[in-house]
Amino acid sequence: MSHHIVELKELRHIYPDGTVALDGVTFTITHGESVGIIGANGAGKSTLLLHLNGYLVPTSGEISIGHTPITKETLPEIRRTVGLVFQDPDDQLFMPTVFDDVAFGPFNLGLSGAAVEERVTSALAKVDAGHLREKPPYHLSGGEKKRVAIATVLSMEPDILVMDEPTNGLDPFARRQLMGLMKEFHHTKIFTSHDLDMVMELCDRVIVLGHGRVRADGAPAEIFSNQQLLTECRLEKPLSMQGCPVCGK
Amino acid sequence: MASIDGAILDFKRLDLLASGDTGLHRLDARAKVLVTAVFVLLVISHDRYELSALFPFFIFPAAMIAAGNLPFSYIARKILLLCPFVIVVGIFNPLIDRTIMLQAGPLAISGGWLSFFSIIIRSILTVGSAFILLALTGFPGVCQALEQLGMPRPFAVQLLFLYRYIFVLTEEGGRAARARQLRSCGNKGMGIKSFGTLIGHLLLRTWQRAERVHIAMLSRGFDGSFHSGRRSSFGRRELFFVAGWSLVLIFMRTTNLTQIIGSIVTGRLN
Amino acid sequence: MHMADALLSPAVGGAMWAASAGAIAYCSAKVSKELDDRKVPLMGVLGAFLFAAQMINFTIPATGSSGHLGGGLLLTILLGPYAAFLTIASVLVVQALFFADGGLLALGCNIFNLGIFPAFIAYPLIYRPLAGRNPSSTKVAIASMAAAIAGLQLGAFSVVLETTISGISALPFTAFVAMMQPIHLGIGIVEGIVTAIIVGFVHKARPDIFTARDKGKASIMKSIIPGFLVLALITGGFISWFASEHPDGLEWSIQKVTGKEAVEGSKDGIHAALSGIQGKLAFLPDYNFKKPEGEKGKVSRLGTSLSGIAGALITLGLAVLVGFILRKRQQLAARKPHAHEHAHPHAHDHEHPHRHGGVEHSHGHDHKHSHPHPHVHDHSKPHPEDPNPRHTHEAEVAVHSHEHEDEHGSHDHKH
Repeated sequence: MSHHIVELKELRHIYPDGTVALDGVTFTITHGESVGIIGANGAGKSTLLLHLNGYLVPTSGEISIGHTPITKETLPEIRRTVGLVFQDPDDQLFMPTVFDDVAFGPFNLGLSGAAVEERVTSALAKVDAGHLREKPPYHLSGGEKKRVAIATVLSMEPDILVMDEPTNGLDPFARRQLMGLMKEFHHTKIFTSHDLDMVMELCDRVIVLGHGRVRADGAPAEIFSNQQLLTECRLEKPLSMQGCPVCGK
Repeated sequence: MASIDGAILDFKRLDLLASGDTGLHRLDARAKVLVTAVFVLLVISHDRYELSALFPFFIFPAAMIAAGNLPFSYIARKILLLCPFVIVVGIFNPLIDRTIMLQAGPLAISGGWLSFFSIIIRSILTVGSAFILLALTGFPGVCQALEQLGMPRPFAVQLLFLYRYIFVLTEEGGRAARARQLRSCGNKGMGIKSFGTLIGHLLLRTWQRAERVHIAMLSRGFDGSFHSGRRSSFGRRELFFVAGWSLVLIFMRTTNLTQIIGSIVTGRLN
Repeated sequence: MHMADALLSPAVGGAMWAASAGAIAYCSAKVSKELDDRKVPLMGVLGAFLFAAQMINFTIPATGSSGHLGGGLLLTILLGPYAAFLTIASVLVVQALFFADGGLLALGCNIFNLGIFPAFIAYPLIYRPLAGRNPSSTKVAIASMAAAIAGLQLGAFSVVLETTISGISALPFTAFVAMMQPIHLGIGIVEGIVTAIIVGFVHKARPDIFTARDKGKASIMKSIIPGFLVLALITGGFISWFASEHPDGLEWSIQKVTGKEAVEGSKDGIHAALSGIQGKLAFLPDYNFKKPEGEKGKVSRLGTSLSGIAGALITLGLAVLVGFILRKRQQLAARKPHAHEHAHPHAHDHEHPHRHGGVEHSHGHDHKHSHPHPHVHDHSKPHPEDPNPRHTHEAEVAVHSHEHEDEHGSHDHKH
């Protein structure tokens, strides 16, 4: 299953205005890994994610998905393999109904009506949103929008799921529900988040970005116990690792 | 900015009417668009001074509101709030056109008043039919029908995108306006300068949103063309609906039912 | 300044529809030929932006009254003429349906008046030459002002023309022009100022937006306008001819416009009465319940008006009655599918325990089961005042299905 491997070599990205967003990022994510990318605001997380499906072209360095380098020719295949879920579901849901939105990707893959139907049904079932099928997106709650946004990507049957701030703005219940869903997705998962407890719970590896570079890369427990690193990168321990506010332990 | 919030709520309410589930809602949208077009054309094809012949046309909105299970008072209120422009222009008719055209007992009615009331009735009928079409079909339905009737694809796509983001952006605009108002220390209204900046910010955010939406589309394989899996059929029910209503409406247009009924009642059949 | 169905004749309305539809088709082809698929979401979202911006009012300096952005020129500066025209047209379509601004037939006029002039005349012929390639903020201000004024003057003039030619309003052309043009001069100045401020703001923040497209297309524009006008004239002519083949009021009203003396003549009573009755006769040739004019004319008219009023009341009553009967039938019919509708919430009942159980047990947060309302749907909060107490149950299930689901869901937990 080598096609789930994500490889970045010395990735640099400089925006037209001269801002260096990524300054030599190198890492490899292998099949089935669940990786959290954390870092301060402006550390380069979002820029990094936009490279993973070829929306942004690196200024220098290499990026390959499943040993296929991202080029103009491989772009359609890369975009099918890497499913990108945006932070704001209103950016992701642009069609008149949930069905149309979830069907948007499969139709672009050139599937027939019946096959699309099947994909939509199964993707909606995976996120527990079958009953929302005919609803317009603006009549959904925040949590529902988020789940449907994930379904729009799942319907393309990606091998790698990339999510930007998945739990942002969700109420505790919806957050729990979403985390439960993500646990059930058994392919490679990459997310950026400031929700360090979620990272702690869902990820088996954490990459810390700071000023466009990889500051640390390792197991969550190890990273989150390095107080100096956390402070330098404007982070802190997940609440679950901090002392109890009542007993102080 | 309570007015903006109110407008958004109202907008959503009208939008939700289309999620009704009556026979009329299920009818293919093309049928409803066509009948509405026939209706509007026939209503406005009446002579400027025609008043009585317009009344039978109320049968169409009445039937649609009833069979479509639409909230009558809500739609009536919406219609009545409308068309200040029509009234402003129409009110000149009684002032300019003072020739007496009707004598109802001691009451002399000038051509201007006749045409003014004719304009009001026309306005109620045409505006009402637009609301009813929307409430029975929903905006995406109307778009789809227009596209099937020959509207170019890019424009249909444009309409759907616009419609989708109206909900997002009116709320965003409302929030911005509210934030400004809460810091304006009771000063009413907004200066043109701060309005410009507020709208400028909104515009920039909108632009960024468009860029994000574009990325989202690309990451799901968008290649410039839209595919749609929606099929609807123009079957016998639709044909019956269009033909039936067209006949009724054309009959009402060619026969002044009001006068006939009135004549029967007042015993003045010549 | 939206044109309205009620003031339009079918010939004018149809002609403007044809012209606007032609322009939409042309611009759609142009935009899809440009093959810039970034524009697809951009136009849509900017249309929504314009819609939102029009809801926010500002105070017009020195008057104390408030105005809002028109935005036609602004969109053209941002998107270029073709994409901007489609965007403006789409906003007008939404307004025609949701706010019934004018109505559906008047949509053709409104798209023409508010779309064509800013996009294809004010922008290419005034804004671009004045602003130049690398505009300073003064240049932008001057150019926006001139272009906004020109666009709105043309639009207002077009409204006057459409109204007068339709002949439903009795306002004479000159008086109407004298009323509309100065008002729109004021509106144009304000629009120009606002446009200049916004363009200046965006220019500072995101200069790349303006450098993205920079191709002068003014020369093509000049050839488009006459094309649309010809299209409009042909359609208008065709509809008028078609209408005149049929004996109805249209014929008369058009005659009245073309022969202007008739309008002037209407000042002295008899003329107008005559032509009015002529109109009625021509329009209802088979019903001679009107006595010829003259001495008996008055009596006859009294009778006509009486029966007219009676008839109007009765037809209105009939319409209401039909509506009432249909509504009753609808409600009866709704009772049958009722049971069917209820099946939905129950179906969700089965889903909910799964979802809750699955998610919760795997994390061991059992205490959360007591949460009374697992989902909070901010939009489905019941309206503080339900404006329509007659909502049937069926409709409520359809509209507020969230609430029902949730209630059922939490019931399940209590058991």
